[in-house]
Parts: sequence; structure tokens; C-alpha cells
Amino acid sequence: MRLLRIVATLAWRNLWRNRRRTLIMVAAVSVGVWAMIFMNALMRGMVDDMVRSGIESLPGHVQVHRLGFRDDPSINNLLPLNDAELAAKLDAAGLVAWSSRINVPAVITSERESRGVTLYGIDPERERKITFVPNSIVAGRFLEGVSDKGIVIGRRLLDALETDLGKRVVVMSQDPDNEIADRGFRIVGVFEAKLESYEETMVFAGKSTVQRMLHVADRVTEVAIMSDDYRFVEQTVQTVRDKLGADVEVLPWTELNTYLASMLTVMDGFALVWTIVIFLALSFGLVNTLVMAVFERVREIGLMLALGMRPFGILAQVVIESLLLLLMGLALGTLLAWLSILPLQSGIDVSAVADGMEMFGSSSVLYPKLTMADVVLANVVVLGLGFIASLSPAWRASRYQPIEAITKV
Amino acid sequence: MTAVRCIDLCKTYRQGDQDIKALDHVSLEINAGSFLCLSAPSGGGKTTLLNAIGGLDAPDSGEVWIAGRRIDHLKKSELAQLRLMQIGFVFQAYNLIPVLTARENVEFVMQVQGLSAAERVRRSSAILDEVGLSGLENRRPAEMSGGQQQRVAVARAIVSHPALVLADEPTANLDSRSSDELLRVFVELNRKYDTTFVIATHDQRVMGYARRVIKMLDGRIVDDIEQHAD
Ligand SMILES: Nc1ncnc2c1ncn2[C@@H]1O[C@H](COP(=O)(O)OP(=O)(O)OP(=O)(O)O)[C@@H](O)[C@H]1O
Ligand SMILES: [Mg+2]
Repeated sequence: MRLLRIVATLAWRNLWRNRRRTLIMVAAVSVGVWAMIFMNALMRGMVDDMVRSGIESLPGHVQVHRLGFRDDPSINNLLPLNDAELAAKLDAAGLVAWSSRINVPAVITSERESRGVTLYGIDPERERKITFVPNSIVAGRFLEGVSDKGIVIGRRLLDALETDLGKRVVVMSQDPDNEIADRGFRIVGVFEAKLESYEETMVFAGKSTVQRMLHVADRVTEVAIMSDDYRFVEQTVQTVRDKLGADVEVLPWTELNTYLASMLTVMDGFALVWTIVIFLALSFGLVNTLVMAVFERVREIGLMLALGMRPFGILAQVVIESLLLLLMGLALGTLLAWLSILPLQSGIDVSAVADGMEMFGSSSVLYPKLTMADVVLANVVVLGLGFIASLSPAWRASRYQPIEAITKV
Repeated sequence: MTAVRCIDLCKTYRQGDQDIKALDHVSLEINAGSFLCLSAPSGGGKTTLLNAIGGLDAPDSGEVWIAGRRIDHLKKSELAQLRLMQIGFVFQAYNLIPVLTARENVEFVMQVQGLSAAERVRRSSAILDEVGLSGLENRRPAEMSGGQQQRVAVARAIVSHPALVLADEPTANLDSRSSDELLRVFVELNRKYDTTFVIATHDQRVMGYARRVIKMLDGRIVDDIEQHAD
């Protein structure tokens, strides 16, 4: 313990012997750490945005279907439970939000054009807590109840159908007896989505209206459920499974959209690789600085050894010196990252430089997301690998021969 | 009691195509409590002998015994421990750690030994006073004269009361008054704690204090005189 004190004192003072060199190194480490954290925050923000909008565009955090629905999403795969039974079970489950829907493939026809779409019969009140659509209406209004007779379609579909708000369209699908089921709707609202394909293929109508059109009474095809945080949905999945029994399929969004889910893993991998790459760049400077510092001190290191300090004491000195330097850089770099991310929380508009971004389901405004995990990652990587990197110069220093140091004049 | 015993030490350096015998069959026995002066012209082998005795450099052949223990084949860490606990050093060329103050340099060995802060301060204050450096405790080596630095080195060598002090030209940078003061500190320590002193020097005044003077030439002992110190 007392040895550690003198060793730490020596390390600290030696650090300030070549003030310029130390400050340059601290600055380099700070910038590196800033780059680690800032870049990771940007990427996290982007991925987070992607995941959120992915989840908002209908899946929710957890979905319930009849077994087989995902292979054949049609009217033949209705959930075995009707609306009342679902409500009885799910309302008692203490969920953040849930909503049942009926969704089927359909054809929508205006007086000029027709298009293949997915028709969603929804409960507008409940959907407000789950999907983006109620908040993305750009003309007209959103649906006003399960029996609303209107239809809400995307801006691009509106253009493709060469029709307009207030006009009528015909939606055609099949009922469970494979008979044609169709109905006319007035277009009451138009929405925009981040993804073009959503605007082209999703149309929304009142749930009861659609149920009547398809002759399915009070049955639905899908339930969407929200939990507190998209990263932790397992508990919700379990709760719903327990409530609804084994003849339905309860899946988290990570399995409904594996591409989206893989983004999270990819992001974690990216953060680690990026952090390590930056560190590797830093480590050359660090090791070089240490080697130089140690080389300049051949004599005093020899002297300390001659006086009876063990080689370990020398090793510890160099390692501690390196860690002190890194710690200063880390503190400064983390602060810098925090300070630079703080004012950007409200979003960076990158539409000018990132035209293609929307293709990946990300918006053109980036919201950098500073996470504790990334800060910890940067600190752990820098300290951990820094420790390892400083071992080699430290080891070399501890192998010095005392005799060399004290006899040379 | 024998403090130091050297048996048939040889050490040869190669310089170019020439072999230099720095130690040439040196055998020597030093009793505990001796005050011994090692005198030789420059290049006579004083430093080489002190380094062998202090376990800093292994001889090519021969044996070195310290306090009844053979040390020339010990491991590095054992030698470090021996030097730390039993020997006080004043080196000829380089003595002080530049980033430490005078006091910290004096306390360095005690700190590595693990002495408490209170004990260290007590002893370092006393010794700095004795070697005439009170008031300069917080100066770093670069802020002191050669003589002051030398006195710090001496203070460090004796502050932990080692059984054996090996001093290489401890008065080289000192005026006669300072070296007299320093030598009196040595003598007092030698009397009080029975500390063995081996001092390499070509300073006549130092030899005056010694009770035994060993003269070397070209790595060989050429004379060994017992004398009464003043
Ligand atoms: N590392 C070395 N490499 C080569 N020769 C050496 C080395 N160290 C000492 N010598 C030679 O060994 C001989 C004895 O050297 P040593 O340093 O022991 O003498 P010294 O009595 O201490 O001299 P001085 O009074 O100048 O300090 C000298 O001839 C010296 O040149
Ligand atoms: Mg010498």
C-alpha cells in the first residue's frame, strides 16, 4: 500500500515532466473517446429511430395470430377468440396498450385505377397508442370509431389511384366462404409514412365496418400489444402467452421483423468494432509515448532498482502513468461527447446529405442517443486495452539493469 | 562478525580488443563496525568492487558474502530485498530521483521498505538537519547545487540505519567544511549503531577518518593498513 503511494506519486509527477507531450496525448485520447461515443450515439439514434418507426408501422412490440397466419395472412386464419373474449383476457393482463385488428389482402379501385393493398380494420382509439398513422394524417381526418364508414389511405396510393380526398373507392376481398366481399368507402383521410411502401399498400377502415363486409362477425386476425420498452418485451410475451393459451402464436417484434431485430445486434457489434478501431489508432501514440518516456528515464529507473525497489514497482509506475493519462483523456472525452450531444438531442437534419436514408427505414433527422452502455464501453475498452498496451513498455522498463544506470557518467 | 567477505573476485571488461581486469583476484574481509576506506587512482577498480559487494553486478568468478550469506548467485528479487533492507548506497554518478524533493528522495528507501509516514518524517527531518540541509527539504535535485545533492544522497544512504553503507566518492563535490561535517555524521553513526562503512575515495581527508585503508591498483589490492582514526 505504501509502495503504491510512492509509485503513484512518481507516476503522476513523471506525467507532468514533459507537459507538452502529455497534453498532446491527453488531447488525442479525448478526441478519440469523443469520436467513439459521439459516433456510437449517432448510430444508436439512427437504429433506435429505425426500430421505433418499424414498430410503429403496425407490429407493436408483441403480436398475436392464429398459428399459420403468418404463412397465409388471409381471412381463413382468424384468431380462435372473438373480440369480447380477447378483451376479457387482455384487459386483465395489465398491458401498456393493446389493440385487435382484422387485416386481409384486398384490391382497392377508384374510377380510374386499382391496386393490391392490405386492408386493416382497426379500433382507432386503441391504435393511437400503437401506430404512427393517427399522427401522420396530412389531409382529412383519422377514423373516428370502429363503425366509421370512411377509409384512410396513403398519399402515394391516392396519387396512384388518381383520386382525391372525399371521393369514393371500392375495396374488394374474400369472405371465409371464398365469396367476393366488397364495399364502397369514402376517402376521409390521407397519411404519409417514412416508408414509401407503407403509403402504397396500407389502407385503414373501422374494424366493425370491415368485419361486416367480410362476414366474420366479431372475429379478428391479429392483436398488437405494446410494452414499456422495445428492448425488453420478453415479460410481455410471457404474460400474453399465459393469458391466451397455446392455440395462438404470440411473438415479439424481434421475431416478426428479424431484419429490424438484427439491426440491434449489428449496432452493438458496430459500436464495439468502432471503439476498438479508434483505440488501436490511439494505442500507437500511447505506446510510443510510454516507450519514449521510459527510455528517457533509464537512469532513474536503474537507480530505483539499485536502491532495492522491485521490478514490479517499476512496472506499476509505468502502467499507472499510462492509466492516469488515459483517465484524464477519458474524463475529458466523455465530457466533450456529452456536451456535443446535448444540444443535438432535438435532432440533426441530414436530409441534405443523406437522401437515400429513408430507404433503410430511417428518417432524415438524426437523433443522437447517448447511452450509458456506450460510455461504459468506451471507458472499459480504453482502460482495459490501454492497460494491456502499456504492459510491454512497462515490462521493458522493469527489466533495466541497475548497473547500467548508476555507473555511466 | 564479518560484515563483508570477498573471495578471489575477478571481473574483466572488454574494451575494443583489449581486456581490462577491473578486479583481479580480490580477496577481502571486512568486520562489522569497520570504517574502511577504499583508495585507488581513477580506474583502479573501486566502483567495480563496491558494485560486486552491493549485489549490483556479479563478478566473473569468486564469491561475495554479506553478513554470512553468499549473495553472488542470488536471484534479482532477493538481491533487491538485500539492498533495500541491509545496504545504504551513495553512488558515484547518479543518485537522486529528479521528480522527488530532497525530503522525498531521503524518504524513498524508507517508503519502499514500508515505514509509516510519521516515522519517515521524523527520521528524514533529523538527518536533513544533520547534513545541513534544513530549509531545502522541498527543493528538487535540479534546484540544488552538486554538493547539496550529494548530501541528500548521503542522507538517504544512512537514514534507514542499514548495517552496511557503500559510498562511492561521497565527498567528491563538497568543500572541506561540508565533507568534514558529513564524515563526522558517518563516524557518529558508525559508533552509535555499529554500522559498517566502506567508502571509495581518493580524498586524503576521508582517509584520515578511516580505521582501515585498502589501496588498490589496476584491480588488485596492493596495501591494507590498519590505523587509528583521529
Ligand atoms: N562497464 C564497463 N565497461 C568497460 N570497462 C569498464 C566498465 N566499468 C568499468 N570499466 C573499467 O574497469 C576499470 C575499473 O573501473 P572502476 O569504475 O571500478 O574504477 P574506479 O576506481 O571506480 O575509478 P574512478 O575513480 O574513476 O571512479 C577501469 O579501467 C574502467 O575503465
Ligand atoms: Mg568509480
